[in-house]
Amino acid sequence: MESLLNRYRNITVLLLVIMAQLVLLAVSAKNPDDVRFIRIWTVTAVTPVARIIEGLRGGSTGFLHNYILLHDTNQENRRLRSELDRMKMENVFLKNELNTADRAKALQVFQQHTPSRTVAATIIATGAGSSSKVVFVDRGTVSGVQRGMAVVTPDGIVGKVIAAYPTASQVLLITDPDFAAGVVTQKSQVHGTLKGQGTPQCKVDYVAFEEKVEPGEWVYTSGDDRIFPRGFPVGIVKAVRPGQPFKEILVEPSGMQRGLVEDVLILIEGVHQPIPEAPAGMQPIYIATPPPGNDSTPASAAPSASGTEADRLRAQYQALGAEQKHTYGDNPPGTKPADFTRLGNPGAAVPPGYPLGPAGKNLPAPAAAPPNSPAPSNAETGKNSPPAPGTPPVARPAVPAKNGSAGTAPATGKNPAAPNMAAPPRTAAPPQAEAGKNSPSAPGSPPATRPAAPAKNGSAGTAPAPDKSDPPPAGTPAIHPPDAARRLNPPAGTPPGGQLR
Amino acid sequence: MTYSGERILLSSQREGQVSRFQKWVFLAVPLAAVLFQAYVPTFFPVLSFVEMPLLVVVYFAIMRRNQISGLTVGALVGLAQDSLSKSPLGMFGIVNTLVGYFAASVGVRLDVEHGLIRLLLGFFFYVFHQFLYWVMSRALLGQQMTFDWTRTAMLAALNAVVGVALFHMLDKLKERT
Repeated sequence: MESLLNRYRNITVLLLVIMAQLVLLAVSAKNPDDVRFIRIWTVTAVTPVARIIEGLRGGSTGFLHNYILLHDTNQENRRLRSELDRMKMENVFLKNELNTADRAKALQVFQQHTPSRTVAATIIATGAGSSSKVVFVDRGTVSGVQRGMAVVTPDGIVGKVIAAYPTASQVLLITDPDFAAGVVTQKSQVHGTLKGQGTPQCKVDYVAFEEKVEPGEWVYTSGDDRIFPRGFPVGIVKAVRPGQPFKEILVEPSGMQRGLVEDVLILIEGVHQPIPEAPAGMQPIYIATPPPGNDSTPASAAPSASGTEADRLRAQYQALGAEQKHTYGDNPPGTKPADFTRLGNPGAAVPPGYPLGPAGKNLPAPAAAPPNSPAPSNAETGKNSPPAPGTPPVARPAVPAKNGSAGTAPATGKNPAAPNMAAPPRTAAPPQAEAGKNSPSAPGSPPATRPAAPAKNGSAGTAPAPDKSDPPPAGTPAIHPPDAARRLNPPAGTPPGGQLR
Repeated sequence: MTYSGERILLSSQREGQVSRFQKWVFLAVPLAAVLFQAYVPTFFPVLSFVEMPLLVVVYFAIMRRNQISGLTVGALVGLAQDSLSKSPLGMFGIVNTLVGYFAASVGVRLDVEHGLIRLLLGFFFYVFHQFLYWVMSRALLGQQMTFDWTRTAMLAALNAVVGVALFHMLDKLKERT
């Protein structure tokens, strides 16, 4: 060793001196960040070594744990699996609890805001039988529940009470084949009867094929059945298929969209509510008058003799009534009816010059139109009568078609709003596009040769007077033929199921 | 190998003579060189190019022909120069230590009494000194400095000339055997 030091003495001394001065430099000097260079050099020198050492340690430890020490992995795996299963069950339980709390809260809010008097109930059992959709709720006559009361949720109607016991009640669900309720569509105000099918979807029956019902449309209770107050949501139209004589409309009940609910409300005292407004797309649209100097006469301005068989029949009956000074719908019981034997062969061709519409009070009054309005056209408008293609626009509000709405010339005259809505100020009567079967032509319409075919649909044209005085039996769903339903539709504010003249 | 009839390289270490100086010379001359470097340029800026401590270190290293002695003189002179300059302690110390070590190593092999050798050594060690200082400034202190080779070469030539004259004067201080 000593010889080694003697041999490299000079270089050793050099290195020692250099090292000492390096230390001195490191201690005395600072970088721009006021950190001494000895710290910087030390950290720079130590960090890579520490990183290498840590990498080696971590690698060896990981190798040891991941490949060598695996004796308890299986046991730990089983433990973790069981813990995961337990957590999943707990998660499901908590979700159910949360849903229950949400439903209860929604029910409470709905109960506070609905004008109807309700009592909350909980479904405690389901009825026996695979096809029967019956449940039991924990409220009975003690709570004021009676047979025939409606059962609803904030989402929609659920069913009706078919049996009330002291402490429980039996509820027929909306999906039961024996269930029926009067409903009305939101947009077109088409009335129909909701029936259960034993499937998750219900159908709306007794809607004539010419009625316009679109998928996605909301259906509400009409109140005609005197069980469900008017204005409760029923469901959404899912499918509309043409049928003869009635459409086949399938509705998905909104009250049972998420399966059978647990908490419901029983309407102890139902209050009718208005049907919510249709979407913005159905709002009235103002259409300006045609530009001046347009000499082309609207095609609809001239009375047209075109129409369906029902129109012709109706015209004949109305003309006959006018001849005999008989006003349909305004005759008290016992009054002698019109002599229909003078009509001869119903449906026969109307003689030339025979007016299609009497000048009776039930027709839309042409005088209601302002003086500057175009010549009154056929009063027939209604929801089934859009303007004819190519018809020049006239100033009229594009009011969405409603039951017994503007322009309709009901033979019964039961719609008081019709005359007012038929000719609003500064508007012209809508042109006749396609004559509905229930629409009489305007007075002065030229005669047309009509086939002698009888009316097929049994509409108002065949027997306009008798059916209007027959109210539907109380407690039964209102099942109306299409035209009768339109005429029986009560005006706004009239309780559904009220007296119909 | 001959140069102007005189030998430059020594065949063995025994051929070269080790110059001896009084002890006060080892103390006074470096001190004077450091003071010169510190104060003379203040009054005579034109003389600031003279690297007097470097020349003194080179002289003692090549004349003593002992590497430990040379690096010791270099370290002490360098530290003294650091103390009087704005550079961190150790920068000139390390540079002069290495200059002293290598100068002593070269002095063993060369005839350091020869004027041309002294001129070349002065030139070479000045460049070595400046380059090493630049490297250390960049590597150790992280300073972004530039190295001007042309200017360094010119200053090295001037310092070599000054060094030849200085070495001749310092030869007067050698002990006569």
